[in-house]
Amino acid sequence: MKRVGRYVIFYGGLFGLWTLLAELKIWPPYLFPTPWGVGEALYAGFQDHSFWIAIAVSMRRVLIGYGISVVLGMVLGLGVASNKFLEETMGGLLVSLQSLPSICWWPLALLWFGLNQNAILFVVIMGSLLSVTIAMEDGRKQMPKIYSMAGRNLGASGFQLFWHVLLPASLPYIVSGLKQGWAFAWRSLITAEMLYMSLGLGQVLMMGRDLNDMSAVIAVMLLIIAIGYVVDGLVFKGIERRLQQKWGLLPAT
Amino acid sequence: MTTVPQPLTDEPRNPARASRWKAGEEPAVLPLRPLDTNGIPKVSLRELSLSYKTSSGKRLLALDHINLKVNPGEFVCIVGPSGCGKSTLLHLIAGLHQPTSGSVLVDDEVVDGPGTDRILIFQELGLFPWLKVGENVEFGMKMKGMSKAERREKTEYYLRLVHLSQFKDSYTHQLSGGMRQRVALARALATEPDVLLMDEPFAALDAQTRDLLHDELERIWTETGRTIIFVTHNVREAVRLGDRVVLFTFRPGRIKREFLIGLPRPRHLEDATVAKTAGEVLQELREEINRSLEVEYNEGIRPHVEPGAEQ
Repeated sequence: MKRVGRYVIFYGGLFGLWTLLAELKIWPPYLFPTPWGVGEALYAGFQDHSFWIAIAVSMRRVLIGYGISVVLGMVLGLGVASNKFLEETMGGLLVSLQSLPSICWWPLALLWFGLNQNAILFVVIMGSLLSVTIAMEDGRKQMPKIYSMAGRNLGASGFQLFWHVLLPASLPYIVSGLKQGWAFAWRSLITAEMLYMSLGLGQVLMMGRDLNDMSAVIAVMLLIIAIGYVVDGLVFKGIERRLQQKWGLLPAT
Repeated sequence: MTTVPQPLTDEPRNPARASRWKAGEEPAVLPLRPLDTNGIPKVSLRELSLSYKTSSGKRLLALDHINLKVNPGEFVCIVGPSGCGKSTLLHLIAGLHQPTSGSVLVDDEVVDGPGTDRILIFQELGLFPWLKVGENVEFGMKMKGMSKAERREKTEYYLRLVHLSQFKDSYTHQLSGGMRQRVALARALATEPDVLLMDEPFAALDAQTRDLLHDELERIWTETGRTIIFVTHNVREAVRLGDRVVLFTFRPGRIKREFLIGLPRPRHLEDATVAKTAGEVLQELREEINRSLEVEYNEGIRPHVEPGAEQ
């Protein structure tokens, strides 16, 4: 109850401050909209389906790109973790590549794939692939050796060993990396969409700027935050919790 | 409790009952493998040696030309001070590591990798926490590609054998130490190995649970006729369980002496005869323990390196 009270006070205050600043009309309303202006923009966007379409398009892209990243990253990470040569050479490269913002791949993607969806997917993949790879590599190394020995001992080898033992055994160690990969994928997507007429949320955001419609811009920003938060807070937290319960790291409720 | 496997009788093991249990049959008689009579040892170690590099770069000889033959259906206990390479020996037999020289033979064939004819029960068990108890037991059969119906039936059977039927759907972290130990035993037995390798399985248990598991292990061994190689540092345990006790020296591990234990079964830890025989073995072991302590004091710490990581 106390927590809820604190939330009410904090967000109420924030809302009040916003309203106050907007009502004082220090800046013209098209630069600093009121909360209900944003609310109206949200309503209008959903009413004419443009937001629904944008969300659907963006989600589809991020799911495809992230999915490819996860599969590729697991294979890569496992390869790096189980091969000494790769670990010493590629391991360092991966870490240094991670300091490169994924949007830096955009010019390259444009020339390779042309101005289309594949270029966006490429940027999304480059944004999240490295975190997934590094997480998988770490997870594979942190995973207690006993599981892979027990698996081999019971007759598992090759892909069976990977699928039935190595992967589940390293899951608790890679789930935070998967989460980080998701966050990078989402950000890369929005950035790439802003640079290209693409129907996604990023483009709707830029459209708001072109039309001088600051309410719409803020409305889309809120949407982007909300989607990121829901996936991170509900999907990944849920997975993490379930894993911990299953593994006995948390008392089962 | 559901149907309990048949109680232990005083009858000697009967090779005539020796058919493996098949799916669909009521397991009135436990799976019993034929006792080999042609004289080929089940497991035989020939000039087996293993050395590895320690973290300080020194080469350490862990096992030094081990020669040992284990007969089919025999219960052999290996005792020795810690650091004598007894666990390493089991890993070599299981095929999880390669020896530096010499070879491990099972049924006269050289072992060059893991195989489900020999299952190792690790000291840390290595139960899979992401699987339920039943799924853990099922694991080896699943890897063999056994049909689902057959797997389920056998899982139930082996869980009943270790008295864990009601815990099929629990996760392993919800069980006590002794119960986890029994899950590991059921998981190993379910792949129907010829040889069970056990690495100090009862070391971390309280005395009562250990007594109980000794009885159960003896019963299961008698009824299934498996060959068991059991590593322990507890001499009494070795004498209570084994047909033969093999004493290892401290680093490098060599066979110092073998003791044939002719005591009648079932035995108990507190039997006077067990205590007396254990006393004899301990006499010999004490010398090795003293030597190991001396080395440990001189070195400060015992070098701890994953065996087989570097050869």
